[in-house]
Amino acid sequence: MKTYLLKRLLQIIPTLLGITFITFVIIQLAPGNPAMLKIQMGKGGAELGEKTASEAIINQTKQLYGLDKPLPVQYFLWLKRIFTLNFGFSYKDHRNVWDKISERLPITIQLNLISIFLVYLIALPFGVYSSTHPGTLPDKILTVGFFFLYSLPSFWVAMLLIMLFGGGDFWDIFPVFGISSIGSESMGPMAWLLDRSWHLVLPVVCLTYGGLAYLSRLTRASMLEVIREDYVRTARAKGLSERVVIFKHAFRNALLPLVTLFAFLLPSMFGGSVIIESIFSVPGMGQLGFEAVLSRDYPVIMAITAISALLTLAGLLISDILYAALDPRIKLE
Amino acid sequence: MEGEVPNTYWRMVSHHFKKKKLAVLGLWITALLIFAAIFADLLANDKPIVFLSQGKIYFPVFSGAEKVGPFVWKDLRKSAPIIFQHVAGKQNATAIWPLVKYSPTEYNLLEYLSPPDGKHWFGTDDSGRDVLSRMIYGARVSLSVGFIAVGIAMIIGVLLGALAGYFGGWSDIVISRAIEIMLTIPTFFLIIAIIAFLPPSIYNIMVVIGLTGWTGFARFVRAEFLKLKQLDFITALRALGASDRRIIFLHMLPNAMAPVLVSAVFGIAGAILTESSLSFLGFGVPPPTPSWGDILSQSRDYIEFAWWLTIFPGFAIFISITAYNLVGEGLRDAMDPKLFR
Repeated sequence: MKTYLLKRLLQIIPTLLGITFITFVIIQLAPGNPAMLKIQMGKGGAELGEKTASEAIINQTKQLYGLDKPLPVQYFLWLKRIFTLNFGFSYKDHRNVWDKISERLPITIQLNLISIFLVYLIALPFGVYSSTHPGTLPDKILTVGFFFLYSLPSFWVAMLLIMLFGGGDFWDIFPVFGISSIGSESMGPMAWLLDRSWHLVLPVVCLTYGGLAYLSRLTRASMLEVIREDYVRTARAKGLSERVVIFKHAFRNALLPLVTLFAFLLPSMFGGSVIIESIFSVPGMGQLGFEAVLSRDYPVIMAITAISALLTLAGLLISDILYAALDPRIKLE
Repeated sequence: MEGEVPNTYWRMVSHHFKKKKLAVLGLWITALLIFAAIFADLLANDKPIVFLSQGKIYFPVFSGAEKVGPFVWKDLRKSAPIIFQHVAGKQNATAIWPLVKYSPTEYNLLEYLSPPDGKHWFGTDDSGRDVLSRMIYGARVSLSVGFIAVGIAMIIGVLLGALAGYFGGWSDIVISRAIEIMLTIPTFFLIIAIIAFLPPSIYNIMVVIGLTGWTGFARFVRAEFLKLKQLDFITALRALGASDRRIIFLHMLPNAMAPVLVSAVFGIAGAILTESSLSFLGFGVPPPTPSWGDILSQSRDYIEFAWWLTIFPGFAIFISITAYNLVGEGLRDAMDPKLFR
């Protein structure tokens, strides 16, 4: 276990360098360097007579972002900034990137925690039920239903929900814009909570159904595999009740493959969903990323990409270690 | 039927595939979509397919309309679902119209945002363009992005996976790290960022989706190669002096194609979803080329009443993703040797 841990930790170094290198290359390849872009955005179209003034601004900006240094130096500066989480200032409003992120992060975490909780709460019972009743009509309905649910594009579901419940030709039940009503600051805590929950219903539905369908199918497949195992037969032969066999002997082992899913929990909580957050105007990380892309705000884009990648890497590492710790059968190379 | 024992691998696979009704249905839907994409010009156009006049046949009319007569086809067009039309004022002149008599870019500001009726079966958008016609041409965008992006991803992934699995050692270490790096980077966000930086074009979308989607192929091929490498027939080939290239491409790759094919089919579904998401966010194919995601994104402005702009293109995206997923799942189950009894 110790050698495995050490080896796994060592493997992280090249991956880490690779991630930082790729993000660095992308920012370099992006056409229209930040200094030029700033001129364009600031002045609309600079007149020829203002050329010297523009050059001064370009040089100033280049210095500010370290663009006047040779590429290898820039790369090491970028490395340093990643590991100190100092991503500099947004090109758009000159605010500290980390401040912008920490403003948006809570709402995305809030949304995703609710959705992940619901995914597990609903998917596991359905998956277990399907696997213990294979071939029956409810199992068939669930399997096919989850299959279609899994293939539904989330932006279409979002649009359908807005169309049906958002106050058009049909019903006007749920708000479809933002996460609070105007004046929610002056509400009492209960009223505020109700207002917030009301706003989150549709986005949470859109964020939940896909993962729910996926997890349920995964649970079913994993359970079906485990139920065929000898130790489950042994448990039954011992005369244990079906309940104990399924939940104590089968289900616990069926959960093992699900550990891999943990790897992607962290980054999804950080990055949020670009599409869903922009459809419902949720001021979270997904929307921040989308706005950054639209305004070519490289520091924000790079910060989001790099942090997401690092969190995924951490998640992969954690799930690998968990897997090895939980399943002694796994031979560690 | 039951007594028949299929004797080759692919016959066995097709035998097992055919037993899955939903998978077969998915295959029919994909065939239908491919048909619509290839023959879009014949299915939806503002000019007839064939024009017969005084013993002369003009085919296809839509490619060289000016030569046929001094009239404008749009004025002759009847809204009723007539396919054969006698052209008035001309002796023995008949026009054969496509099913949908509107081109995807033909706008009519007098008929903007009109709900589905006998004239426009799926309604019109905010420029009065026929939604059904746009959707038929949109199939072209979706499918070509799906196939070409997956083709690119497959070539990269298979090559890298084969290198890693066959040679092992340093090439395996480097490629495995590269796979892990790609896995950690938030792909969809990366695609949006790159597409936003590049000039809008369908080829950029294909290439970027392809370049970010190869990891699955590489992992499967690597795993298959690691298994195959141990087998006697490969040792025999080496003893016979076969070159590495010959062993990899002629002997190992054909034996590793089953998981590649399955992930290619799932990959097409994924690429269609990514393309339509990009179009929905406004980073898709540049106008006036119609795409499903683009029509759906238009509907955001008219969501209160223009249900046809939401329902139809979204359903097209959904049904094509579902169809490819069904085929992929059917294939995967049919190819699983554990299920062959």
